[in-house]
Amino acid sequence: MRSILALSTSAIAVVAASTAVAGTVKYYADYDPAPLAAMEEIIADFEALNPEIDIELQNFDHEGYKTSIRNFLSADAPDLANWYAGNRMAPFVNSGQFADISDVWEANGLKDLLASALPSMTIDGKQWGVPYTYYQWGIYYNKDAYAKAGAQVPETYDDFVANCALFEAAEIDCLTTGTKALWPGAGIFDYMNLRTNGYEFHMDLANGKVAWTDDRVRATFAEWAKLVEPGYITDNHAALDWQDAAAQLVQGTAAHYVMGNFAVAVFKEGGMTNETLGFMPFPTINPDVPRAEEAPTDTIHLTAGATNVEDAKAFLAYMAGADAQTKMNAAMGQLPINKDATVAADDPFISAGFELLSTTPGGIAQFFDRDAPAEMAKIGMEGFQQFMVQPDQLDAILERLEKARQRIYE
Amino acid sequence: MRLASTETRRRSWWRENQQTLTPYIFLIPGVLFFMVYVIVPIFESFWLSGFKWDGLGEREWIGAANYVELMDDPAFYTSLKNNVIWLVLYLLAIPAGLFIAIFLNQKVVGIRAYKSLFFFPFVISQVVVGLIFAWFYAPNFGLFYILIEKITGSGVALLADPDLVTYGIIAAGLWPQIAYCMILYLTGLNAVDPEQIEAARLDNAKGFKMLWYVILPQLRPATFLAMVVTVIGALRSFDLVSIMTDGGPFGSSRVLSFYMFEQALSEYGYRMGYGASIAVVLFLIMMVFISGFIGKMVSDERGGN
Repeated sequence: MRSILALSTSAIAVVAASTAVAGTVKYYADYDPAPLAAMEEIIADFEALNPEIDIELQNFDHEGYKTSIRNFLSADAPDLANWYAGNRMAPFVNSGQFADISDVWEANGLKDLLASALPSMTIDGKQWGVPYTYYQWGIYYNKDAYAKAGAQVPETYDDFVANCALFEAAEIDCLTTGTKALWPGAGIFDYMNLRTNGYEFHMDLANGKVAWTDDRVRATFAEWAKLVEPGYITDNHAALDWQDAAAQLVQGTAAHYVMGNFAVAVFKEGGMTNETLGFMPFPTINPDVPRAEEAPTDTIHLTAGATNVEDAKAFLAYMAGADAQTKMNAAMGQLPINKDATVAADDPFISAGFELLSTTPGGIAQFFDRDAPAEMAKIGMEGFQQFMVQPDQLDAILERLEKARQRIYE
Repeated sequence: MRLASTETRRRSWWRENQQTLTPYIFLIPGVLFFMVYVIVPIFESFWLSGFKWDGLGEREWIGAANYVELMDDPAFYTSLKNNVIWLVLYLLAIPAGLFIAIFLNQKVVGIRAYKSLFFFPFVISQVVVGLIFAWFYAPNFGLFYILIEKITGSGVALLADPDLVTYGIIAAGLWPQIAYCMILYLTGLNAVDPEQIEAARLDNAKGFKMLWYVILPQLRPATFLAMVVTVIGALRSFDLVSIMTDGGPFGSSRVLSFYMFEQALSEYGYRMGYGASIAVVLFLIMMVFISGFIGKMVSDERGGN
């Protein structure tokens, strides 16, 4: 009966008819509409290649997903689930909720193809998921604001700070941010620290191996203070969402924004074009430190409670491939991790990001809230926000973070 | 034969005690759910607060360590301080509600429409109230911000200011709470005895004295109820903080219930035991008030009020 149906009707009917059979893979995810459409297309491609397997995708909204994942992983686990690389997956790996898929990496040569994400997918020498996208962070700027202030795009951080005086004279906020949700402030901290002390130190700090009261951390905040103390950062950023701050960049009341590439869509919706919106890597602070970048990676994991392990692994292997990653990232406007995948050459921001990340000598960080354990991330990001509002409280902030470090990492 | 006799005996036993048993039988479902969803979780929280647990992995018994840490946690004291501010300022809803109720307690055309307009904020969801006030305070385009900017020359972004943010949120919370107290007093005013007012008037009582000595004593049940809902509302304030600031800036608008959620259940929270210990502290604070209220109710009933 089923085979007659499958032969005689469309692909949709195949999916519908095979829903109940053994080859079903349950997949929970949190995609926005555009990547969701791409994922559905990828699933259709995969199912065309593997007609006996049916991927059943259940999509959640981001915030709901973040809070419900812990429940569904322990209560009613799907076979596959979306999550993030680095320390963000550590709780699930350590509690045995995500399954080891080193064999998928081994069998498909992923250690070579996905080399740039290998460190962030590895815990205890094993791989725990498949990364499918990442995106660069950097400074987005308004070219009209540059023209109005008469400034030149800076090479070094000192030039950047010097420019800020020009922007202030033109009544433009040099740097905007919206820290209501805390994380945009962490982007600034990460770059200040990566540029002042380098990747190794930054990772040691995120992993609790260095004291927050260390002089090198203070050096990072001293660089940051060059923007905070003269008031070059947008006032009231603590009450702004990141989109509110994006509006200021669009309107030209702010010149720079330290952001991830996903913000480009928002800038362009606001009316910016490739002619008015610029991108630059975060400028050099300490020239002796190899350039490191920030590129948060999104991942898919096999759960420990998966019932259809074989088929789920087949899908993971497909998702790691160049075709799937090219398609997915074209839809997301982000960068594929598979080195054989291609990116849209006509998008200057994607091209710049691809160039930036593939030539990074220092290392690729995930983002403060993914590199550091969740608790440390929260307390740290509050500290960064407070520093940008009350720079004179730095000592109290660092002592608070240090106390938290001693408790959290034990 | 024997069987039949037990049957009759049992039936007669049931018949004899039916009157006394029926209320308990009807109570069973309610008591059962109350036990499962309220009483048992309370004890579970106490028990959980002695563990170090991320909600997923192994539990580790650490005794009172969570409480020791709590005593040394500045965020806990910030939350506690904010809870006290909430409690004190939230009580303003009672006199404000009384004032509006007295103002609206008159017979003019369309008074029902006015009453429902004043009651409106209580009907809309706290989430909506929070959003409206967040826009109202929003830097650069919020009405409040622009108003202050017009008057003083520089705007105040209430929700970005660590010293003012709690007051800004409480103001948002008072809006529906005043409406709630108002409706309680309006119903209370209906029950005020017109003869007593008449008598007081003959004795030349008016204005504040009339209110204080004649009307307010008759409104005591309404005041009591308003007090209960306001105190409990202040202590469990969570939605507004979550919607308007998410506890920020840098945690300065946290209250205990929000801090508990943050530690145990939020995106960055994996500390069930620590969250439970905050819940226990909040529960004990609430118990002080709740047992006070219950004590008052019991004594009122005994006194045959």
